[in-house]
Amino acid sequence: MAFSNSHITAYAVEATEFPDLARRYRVTGVPKTVVDETVEILGGLPQDLFVAQALSGRDPSVGPIGP
Amino acid sequence: MGLLSPADQDKLRASFSEMTSNVRVLFFTQSLDCETCLHTRHILDELPALSDKIAIEEVNFVLEKEKATQYGIDRVPALALLADGSNGDGRDSRIRFLGAPSGYEFISLVQALLLVGGRASSLTDENRQKLAAVDKPMTVQVFTTPT
Repeated sequence: MAFSNSHITAYAVEATEFPDLARRYRVTGVPKTVVDETVEILGGLPQDLFVAQALSGRDPSVGPIGP
Repeated sequence: MGLLSPADQDKLRASFSEMTSNVRVLFFTQSLDCETCLHTRHILDELPALSDKIAIEEVNFVLEKEKATQYGIDRVPALALLADGSNGDGRDSRIRFLGAPSGYEFISLVQALLLVGGRASSLTDENRQKLAAVDKPMTVQVFTTPT
């Protein structure tokens, strides 16, 4: 995603090495994805769902897709 | 001492042979108060031997704060992957790794190297279009554990 758009930056964070980040983002299981501090995606998702959820916080036309 | 078995080295060498462009890995590190920096160094040391398209550039996190800020790095060990143009000016892939890339993270690093090294993205056209509409900074953090 980051490589496709220069506005997007992606961090792969090793949670056990940085407990402060794990606490701040309430990481209780992995993988956990946090987009712009607001959108949380738990576990692995198919690509379509992942992209839709990742964008759900910024594009009002794309609603969050519930579990 | 190698961290990778000869069989794994062969597999990686075969994968990396598909890279069509150079990738430069900026490795942000410091010598004190960093439990996993040395381990990360050892992991990264394996890579250039497996592909002449991969180069590691060490950045001293303490002395080169400006560079760290430029790449959005506020802790170590950290990696930033740059796509090396033919003229040597690295285009920032905006892909970062925080923490030692061991276990599953190592597989993620290999995938990222292949992508930045020229392999076709796995994004569908539809998703690529959706992502292209992002016109403001967006930060995606994926938390994982080594096992």
